[in-house]
Amino acid sequence: MNAKLLALPLVLLTYGALAQGFAGLGTDAEGFSVPEAGRELSFPRDHGPHPDFRIEWWYLTANLKGENGADYGLQWTLFRSALRPEAGEGWSASQTWMAHAAVTTDNSHFSTERFARGGIGQAGVRAEPFSAWIDDWRMTSRAAPGEDPLAALEVFARGPDFTYDIALTASGPLVLHGENGFSVKSASGQASHYYSQPFYSVRGTIDLPTGRLQVSGQAWLDREWSSQPLDPDQTGWDWLSLHFDDGAKLMGFRLRSRSAEAFTSATWIGPNGKTTSYGDGALKMTPGRLQKVAGREVPVEWRLQLAEHDLDITVEAINPNSWMHTLVPYWEGPVTAQGSRNGRGYLEMTGYE
Amino acid sequence: MIAAGFAALLSHWRYRPLQLAILICGLALATGLWTGVQAINSEARSSYSRAASVLGQDTLQQLQSESGGPIAAERFVALRRAGWLVSPVVEGTLRLGRTRVRVMGIDVFTLPRGAAPLGLSGGGDVAGFVAVDGLILVHPETAAALGDSGLNLRTSLQVAPGTLMADIPTAWSLLKRHDFDYMLLAPDQPAGLAPLSEIAPDLRRVQPDPQGDIARLTDSFHLNLTAFGFLSFAVGLFIVHATIGLAFEQRRAVIRTLRALGMPNRAIVQLLLAETVLLALIAGLLGVVLGYGIAAMLLPDVAATLAGLYGASVPGSLTLRPDWILTGLAIAFAGAFLAVGQGLWRIARLPLLAPAQPRAWAMASRRNVGWTALSGAVLLLAALVLAWFGRGLASGFLTLGALLLGAGLLLPGFLTLVLGLGARTSRSAMAEWVWADMRQQVPGLSLALIALMIALAANVGVSTMVASFRYTFTGWLDQRLASELYVSAGDEAEAEALRAFLAERADAVLPIRTIEIEIGGTPVFLYGIADHATYRDHWPLLESTGDVWDRVAAGNGALINEQLFRRGGFRLGNRVRIAPDWTEEVVGIYSDYGNPTGQMIVNHDRFMDYFPDVPKLRHAVRVPPEDADMLADALVREFGLSPGNILNQADLKRFSLRVFDRTFVVTGALNTLTLGIATFAILANLLTLSSMRLMQLAPVWAVGTTRARLAQLELLRTLGLAVLTWLLALPVGLLLAWVLLAVVNVEAFGWRLPMHLFPVDWFRLLVLAVLAAGIAAAIPAWRLARAQPANFLKVFVHER
Repeated sequence: MNAKLLALPLVLLTYGALAQGFAGLGTDAEGFSVPEAGRELSFPRDHGPHPDFRIEWWYLTANLKGENGADYGLQWTLFRSALRPEAGEGWSASQTWMAHAAVTTDNSHFSTERFARGGIGQAGVRAEPFSAWIDDWRMTSRAAPGEDPLAALEVFARGPDFTYDIALTASGPLVLHGENGFSVKSASGQASHYYSQPFYSVRGTIDLPTGRLQVSGQAWLDREWSSQPLDPDQTGWDWLSLHFDDGAKLMGFRLRSRSAEAFTSATWIGPNGKTTSYGDGALKMTPGRLQKVAGREVPVEWRLQLAEHDLDITVEAINPNSWMHTLVPYWEGPVTAQGSRNGRGYLEMTGYE
Repeated sequence: MIAAGFAALLSHWRYRPLQLAILICGLALATGLWTGVQAINSEARSSYSRAASVLGQDTLQQLQSESGGPIAAERFVALRRAGWLVSPVVEGTLRLGRTRVRVMGIDVFTLPRGAAPLGLSGGGDVAGFVAVDGLILVHPETAAALGDSGLNLRTSLQVAPGTLMADIPTAWSLLKRHDFDYMLLAPDQPAGLAPLSEIAPDLRRVQPDPQGDIARLTDSFHLNLTAFGFLSFAVGLFIVHATIGLAFEQRRAVIRTLRALGMPNRAIVQLLLAETVLLALIAGLLGVVLGYGIAAMLLPDVAATLAGLYGASVPGSLTLRPDWILTGLAIAFAGAFLAVGQGLWRIARLPLLAPAQPRAWAMASRRNVGWTALSGAVLLLAALVLAWFGRGLASGFLTLGALLLGAGLLLPGFLTLVLGLGARTSRSAMAEWVWADMRQQVPGLSLALIALMIALAANVGVSTMVASFRYTFTGWLDQRLASELYVSAGDEAEAEALRAFLAERADAVLPIRTIEIEIGGTPVFLYGIADHATYRDHWPLLESTGDVWDRVAAGNGALINEQLFRRGGFRLGNRVRIAPDWTEEVVGIYSDYGNPTGQMIVNHDRFMDYFPDVPKLRHAVRVPPEDADMLADALVREFGLSPGNILNQADLKRFSLRVFDRTFVVTGALNTLTLGIATFAILANLLTLSSMRLMQLAPVWAVGTTRARLAQLELLRTLGLAVLTWLLALPVGLLLAWVLLAVVNVEAFGWRLPMHLFPVDWFRLLVLAVLAAGIAAAIPAWRLARAQPANFLKVFVHER
């Protein structure tokens, strides 16, 4: 999920900078640690924060059905960003936090955001017992002792016009992307550490202005951290996570570049959790129908092809207006997939001016 | 034809450049004073609204500690974790070198979007702001005042002058604190949160202040300025009216000729209108320039007054704003057309071949005297009704306006009457002629005399008000500032040590505790004081129950200041709700001049029961007056208190009086200018009249009166009229003072002052009026004395 690596820098550029620290973004880690190939991820330790890296996130998306049969999408994201490599303490701590939450229906999209500084307890992540929080939003482990802490979660968030409270149970293992969790982002070598838990089944409630409803479905959690994620030439990304009806899953992204062909990457996840990673070019992502959203043209329909798995599908937004009206705006919403395989998933698109 | 007609009409001014100059000066002066006042007001208002919108104080609710103390930092995190969207603010004052600044610490992460300050939201340097030793945002004026402070300053026009804005930890390290003063509540809170009354019962919500304290407090001050600007404008308008009226009269011959030549009356009126537009444009532009000059000159004083009286920070420099330039031009046009209206109306109705004789004009004017006097009487009646039934500041100023204008309109009638009476006393033909001739002059001079009367009355009124105020204020200061020293400690520990240090050295150490509460939606400062003779013997009570001090000492009675008494409508015996479970009976009302807000005093121990966390830092110290300086020195030398934290009574009084005097500098300046304009108006009229007067004087000269004697009589007549005008101005001025003290002050400041009379001032003003009239009459009289006999003879040659 190279995609989201861009999110924070963008946020920070707009959000002033927490900005300035990222001025030399993509070229220099400026005293922060950099991702290394061959570094072995270890759990539950790596569920927690890596403050010596510049940016990091805990990113959950869910495809749900209501008791009424309607489709719902749900997002819960916590971003960490370090202003300086030095830790600092209390109110002068160098860590900052940002969170996004959203609920999407076929005709509405509710989104909201939160910010906090680290060091004072308003926001943070703890590896064991696992908990990630900002204000009253939380993602807390309720896994049994000995189990992976992310195997069972409770997730809660609320905005001015929505609240959700869901329970997640994983039925498969953690999934490492790229080379054992070392995920390359560009031809010039930018990379991140990247793993997922895509096997969640979900039950819970969503409160909307129209009332409360029971929902159930599937969810996908992404974990990623890095320090120099961007090539200066790269302008935006399109990222997808798909749950196919036969139990297989696909993660794919496409980084658009000003001067070169888009850089793509994909991970095929079998129903048992066995993964195959694909480098640049294997996955073909072709934008289809454009939709005018928030004053810009965004492709809300895509054709995806992955020759190795005879995959040729059309991915379509459930609600083309899934625009995140956050400080850093972007498109993020649930999709359906149809073609050689059918399924559901989530699409994220950033950098559309 | 039209062009020739226009040229003929305009040629009038070529022959009378002085009249033209007077007309333009008059209109420019009137516009200038008005514009100047508007410029000052708009400068001040824009800085208030900037101050009021800082951190969304004009739109956001706040959470404050019920007990008055600071809020622990952990409380912020706890409320956020409970889902409440709050953002902490720490505020304090800091002395840096010789500059005192307000420090505001904010949390940019949680600041509600509407409150985002200072260009931080628009690509500003947030990382620099939240860095260790982060950026401090200041107004450029403050940055200049601080000089090389060693602080990491960044200038921003969006920060109010005198304020440092910084990230919380930066502000903490400046203020040496580790807590908050209040939290801002975001306007849209999520649904379904646990109510604040359950999770934070010790915090109370404070409603936002859409207008800003400062704007509300200073409203009356600005209304005062506006009223004076308007008065000056009105007086200036009299000049314009008089001059234009005369010019129209003098042009009757030309107009008659033009009409005889076949020019339609409508075309003539249109040409005169075009002329007015031209004049208004020239005068208006001059006036705006003049207004800018006046504003630039007065603004530093106004800024100092506002800072001293209300703590309002207004930059001392002026910004050119299109709004007051446009209003300046508009008012010049309105004034010119108002002044021209009557003349035009007369010309439009003039019979085709009406004789163009000044005498005819005078006769027509005499008939008007009756009507003028009647409308004057009606206005005075209106003033009476307004004073009796009116409510609010605007009605107070309307009363003033009706009073002044009504008295002004009565003046010609009054003069005619007095001169008629005078004529009866005359024994000789010469005396009879002098009286009659004076009466003949009244209509021509009446507008200028009205202007003089209004200026004199305003002078009497305002100086009586200011002097009464000062007299009362000085006496009140003696009562109110009864303690010899006022000492503040920097923190609780220092305060503790201070009390111990003073215990052996002073007669008494009286604690002063204060907290801002809300009564009926407006902020009120609640004070807790100890029972002591200092208060019993000196406190300036206006009304009280017999056992007032015993009641306060026993903790079952409260004193309120006059402002709260008048605005809040509380009476003795009423109960006032101080806190949700604390009401107190009003047992006394005290005067509290110079303080714009409501105030209430209760027993110290009772106060501390309810607000235990209010810092115990301020103290009034009683010592024998001769020991005060020594003790103050000892506090600095032995105890190490900073001299800024000790105020002695004498300094405080001096400072208060200086603020007081400075407050009225602007009023005084406007007053003097108004009087100057009136003098100018008399000069203008006498000059224009003098040429016409030749016709009346020639026969008197012909029967053997010398030119010198005639000139003397001219001068005497003018002086006589000035004295008579002053005579009428005196009671009008005193009435004006009464309205100012009993109506306007009560509405504007919330206090009513006793009126004191200062007759010496009146006679000083008489001298001034005689001097002004003398100066104005001197030039025409001198001209008369030097007039060629041939000119007198010409009158008979041209006799029609």
